[in-house]
Amino acid sequence: MNEEEMSGYVPAGKSTLNYDVQKEPQGLLRVILNGRMEAMNIGPLWKQLGKIFKKNDAAKVILDLDNVDYIDMSGQALILHYSRLAKEKGLQFQLSGLRPDFKHVHDQVSCFDCKPGPGFVKRSSVEELGHAAVNLVRDARDFFSFVGEFVSTSVYALIRPGSVRWKDVLLHVENVGSKAVFIIALMGFLVGLIISFQSALILRMFGAEIFIAQLLGLTMVRELGPLVTAIILAGRSGSAFAAEIGTMKTNEEINALQTMGLNPIRFLVLPKMLATMLVTPFLCIFFLFFSFIGGALVMLSLDFTLTAYLNHLRISIGMIDFLGGMFKVLVFSLLVAWIGCVRGLQTGFGARAVGRSTTSAVVSAIVLIILADGIFAVIYYVLGI
Amino acid sequence: MREEQVHPVSAVNLSIGFPGEMLLENVSFDVYSGEIFVILGGSGSGKSTLLKHIIGLYTPLSGKIFIHGQDLTTAGQDEKTSILNRIGISYQSGALFGSMTLLENIRLPLEEFTNMPMEAMNLVSRLKLFQVGLEGYEMRMPSELSGGMQKRAAIARAMALDPSILFMDEPSAGLDPLTSLELDELILDIARSLKITFVIVTHELASIFNIADRMIILDKKRKRIAAQGNPVELSTSSPDPWVRSFLNREKNVGN
Repeated sequence: MNEEEMSGYVPAGKSTLNYDVQKEPQGLLRVILNGRMEAMNIGPLWKQLGKIFKKNDAAKVILDLDNVDYIDMSGQALILHYSRLAKEKGLQFQLSGLRPDFKHVHDQVSCFDCKPGPGFVKRSSVEELGHAAVNLVRDARDFFSFVGEFVSTSVYALIRPGSVRWKDVLLHVENVGSKAVFIIALMGFLVGLIISFQSALILRMFGAEIFIAQLLGLTMVRELGPLVTAIILAGRSGSAFAAEIGTMKTNEEINALQTMGLNPIRFLVLPKMLATMLVTPFLCIFFLFFSFIGGALVMLSLDFTLTAYLNHLRISIGMIDFLGGMFKVLVFSLLVAWIGCVRGLQTGFGARAVGRSTTSAVVSAIVLIILADGIFAVIYYVLGI
Repeated sequence: MREEQVHPVSAVNLSIGFPGEMLLENVSFDVYSGEIFVILGGSGSGKSTLLKHIIGLYTPLSGKIFIHGQDLTTAGQDEKTSILNRIGISYQSGALFGSMTLLENIRLPLEEFTNMPMEAMNLVSRLKLFQVGLEGYEMRMPSELSGGMQKRAAIARAMALDPSILFMDEPSAGLDPLTSLELDELILDIARSLKITFVIVTHELASIFNIADRMIILDKKRKRIAAQGNPVELSTSSPDPWVRSFLNREKNVGN
């Protein structure tokens, strides 16, 4: 066989490996191979040998390689694996007819794990616990240092408004605000429509359909408006912040900023947070407006006049309710933008880490929003708002 | 399949480029079995683009590319997959999957294209890492490795299915001279012990004189192959003075 054939190419579909297991006297098992031992076709032989070794009724196994034209690294792996397994089980394993060419590689790999590498050390559960505790403390430290840095940067920005990158703020106003108007309007309209329709079904039993307007006005302005706006914001913008900053982190862009003497908080976080807090109340007003349109549609279909609906709406909503709702959504927007940026900055390495921090940004934002909403409920109750 | 001897890679009357920008016109060359073949050219001469055409990522403007006599340019999807399973490619950046450990990176093609049991795939993957000198790093993530180690891991992944041809795009890009020398030795070692044909795109002259059996030099201005042959012979006795100066000047600088 010449060199050309030895390393020669056989199309994947045409490369075959046949094996024949022959039982000979005295527990001798001869496995006669014919063809090419390659990654593509070695699977069945590997499984067959596995069965033979599992049965364990042979005293000696001979792998007959006389008619094997080519052995690749997967073939070598098979030989290595089963000669080691044979040693473990105390049965004899012999190769016959291994060509010198392949013998060289065989010898090379036979001791591939003899000298210990830098290795992966499996941690015990105590160590795992320790590492988890260290990580927790590190997370907490990151968190507090972020809050500290953010506060100091914000104060600095208040003293010197010129230090804020207003161009970036405008860009984010467009992304977070203008581009979200359609989805906010649609959601507002649908939520208003659905709430009015559902409550109409019940209020009709008491002949009190006109109170739909009051119900809708109060729930929207005080609760649902801020809540749903903030949740849409978390899904749309909080996640985008985390992904953007996270990708910058994995690309070492954050490091580049820091080594250029630029504060990533001032550069990346502050514009995003300012823009978000600037536009979210307006988004919430849009949401309310369109939810009232949805309500109007239901009321008109119930044969009420628009004037009656608007009058009841006006009676139900006081200025204090409106301002309370706006303050709520302002706090929510702060939380959403902040957690998005924090998660982005906490991103580890690689594509998956970015995905993880994006998910985490949305989940944390929603949890924070609901928590804050609960706290607001208590505070507003105590204050009698 | 043609009657004459079938080469691992043959390009026949190949023209490549992008709309409005022709890179190479009507070039032909063969890569012989078991050799280390280098594609050299200055920056922007289209050597990486040529490689991407050879491995079927791009379609040539005209001409044909044969991998072991099979025409890649007209192959259907199944035939193409079958050809691609027989070649390995290591990309300039390593292109390891960042979310997987080294072992999982190498095991992926085995899982997808073979019917080996899991223990077999794990052992084969570990052997590949051993071959490139990364034994013990199975459970590491690519981001935990140095640039040279990532390159070697990428070679291990390219060899996962024991290809008969290994294509490499700028293997020594971004590596220090010593690491790049180690990589050269690794390539020579693999070529010798496994009889794999190498097609390497590079502009690292020192490395070319170290490892290449034959090479082609792409000429950006004339959109053709300026010379082909053994690098040492070309540097001393090429009839084309441009080729001689290109190789010699650079060689002197390299030394």
